[in-house]
Amino acid sequence: MTRMTIDELREHLCAAYPDLCPLFSVEFGDGVLLVDSARLREALEDLKELGFDRLGMVTAVDFGDEFELVYRLTSRSMRVGMFVKARVPRSIASVRSTVDLWPSADWQEREIFDLFGIVFEAHPDLRRILLTDDWVGHPLRKDYIDDSIIRRPDYL
Amino acid sequence: MSAECRTVVNVGPSHPSTHGVCRVLVELDGEIVRRAEPIIGYLHRGIEKMAENRSYLQVVPLTDRLDYVGSMYANWAYCRAVERLAGIRVPERAEYIRVIVCELQRIASHMMSIGSTGADTGAFTAFMYAFNQREQVVDLFEALSGSRLTYNYVRPGGVGADLPEGWVERCREFVAQHPAAMMEIDDLLFGNVICRARTKGIGVLTPHDAIGWGASGPVARGSGVDWDLRRDDPYSVYPRLDFTVPLGERGDCYDRGRVRLWECVESCRIVTQALDQLEPGPVQAEGLPRLLAPRPGDAYDHIESARGSLGVYLVSDGSVRPYRMHVRSPAFANLALLPMLAEGHTLSDLVVVLGSLDPVFGEVDR
Repeated sequence: MTRMTIDELREHLCAAYPDLCPLFSVEFGDGVLLVDSARLREALEDLKELGFDRLGMVTAVDFGDEFELVYRLTSRSMRVGMFVKARVPRSIASVRSTVDLWPSADWQEREIFDLFGIVFEAHPDLRRILLTDDWVGHPLRKDYIDDSIIRRPDYL
Repeated sequence: MSAECRTVVNVGPSHPSTHGVCRVLVELDGEIVRRAEPIIGYLHRGIEKMAENRSYLQVVPLTDRLDYVGSMYANWAYCRAVERLAGIRVPERAEYIRVIVCELQRIASHMMSIGSTGADTGAFTAFMYAFNQREQVVDLFEALSGSRLTYNYVRPGGVGADLPEGWVERCREFVAQHPAAMMEIDDLLFGNVICRARTKGIGVLTPHDAIGWGASGPVARGSGVDWDLRRDDPYSVYPRLDFTVPLGERGDCYDRGRVRLWECVESCRIVTQALDQLEPGPVQAEGLPRLLAPRPGDAYDHIESARGSLGVYLVSDGSVRPYRMHVRSPAFANLALLPMLAEGHTLSDLVVVLGSLDPVFGEVDR
């Protein structure tokens, strides 16, 4: 099958799941689905159903009061990739795990838990992965302070 | 045998067979591996955090230190993300040079993997033959960038410097002799009875698991998963180049190794075509400010590295430094397969399985 364009992907998505349609946008040439964290799991299940058989990447970004979770999905049959993004409040940084949908989420969610402190519910083995078990804090949070970090002024 | 008879053995963190600083916690029943758990993080330097405190150009040397067997890839993946974010157009000559160095890098990286397959299975001679080829690529890179391991060559907007005089001829000489050297290694290593016995049917990965676990590169293609970003999500000048994507059938260590071997031969074809199509011109986009400050937003770009889909996700807040950089590491995803693949095999096979996944721990741990 030939490679699907972003517009074809939008049409395909809107035909199958009209409720997801208004949440779809294009940023820097990539399709992005912005969902509410409460509907994240449902949206990911729908997209898996639609043919997104690979979860290439999961990561998070610290935006102060909120964390943004970024899922990069790829479909081999449609030959297209897209993003799903959802924000969770910093105070209740918790989201449902996707290990049961794509096993590749296993280590990546552990990494996010390790470096951001976001909890993945129903993850089979949520432990730190890169840092030692007794590490204090989550380094990729913007408010993380460590003696080894050298702050540079803006003019460099 | 009952669970009480199991022995727990710690392989690593620094052990000749662990292919880098990795620890594998192995539960043994006699010599049979019942459970293998890779414990990673020994090489975690926090590169993603360090990138948040550097300008866009200063991050390039950090990406060298991710996959230190294939620095060009991380350079390129990062630069592609920056270029997408900042809307930089790369001159054609620079795109060709990037393709040439990255295909040479694939050869250099696969030589490390194939050579260590030999060393792991007791055929150290093959290791020396493979390293002879790797050295020649590294010499070419040294002439190009001044370093032999961390090149810092691909930069946002182009490449660091144009090809030095005589480089194209040296490169042609290398790719002309390389396929024959590969045939020799094929006979010497994959034709060897001991190597075949040690790798065939060991660590079988099904296509279903390969997709589900996000495996990519030779690990996925060894299982017959026909997925190569150079062809399926074409970038740079790859659409103008003719090449085939080698596939395995059984998904065992033998197929993964041979897919790498054939990829090297294909890389030679790509390099030859790219050298033929190479035209004079600038190698760096003009008018780039010294301090890039892309508009706020995020961008992701990925390339097919020697290990698989290497992606870089960048978030900009409009300042001169990345707000967040994440590296989607193929080695990290592939290594997660180890517990599944090693289970039921012997302890000595664990070493071969680990080697066939070709993890580079700089990239796994970041």
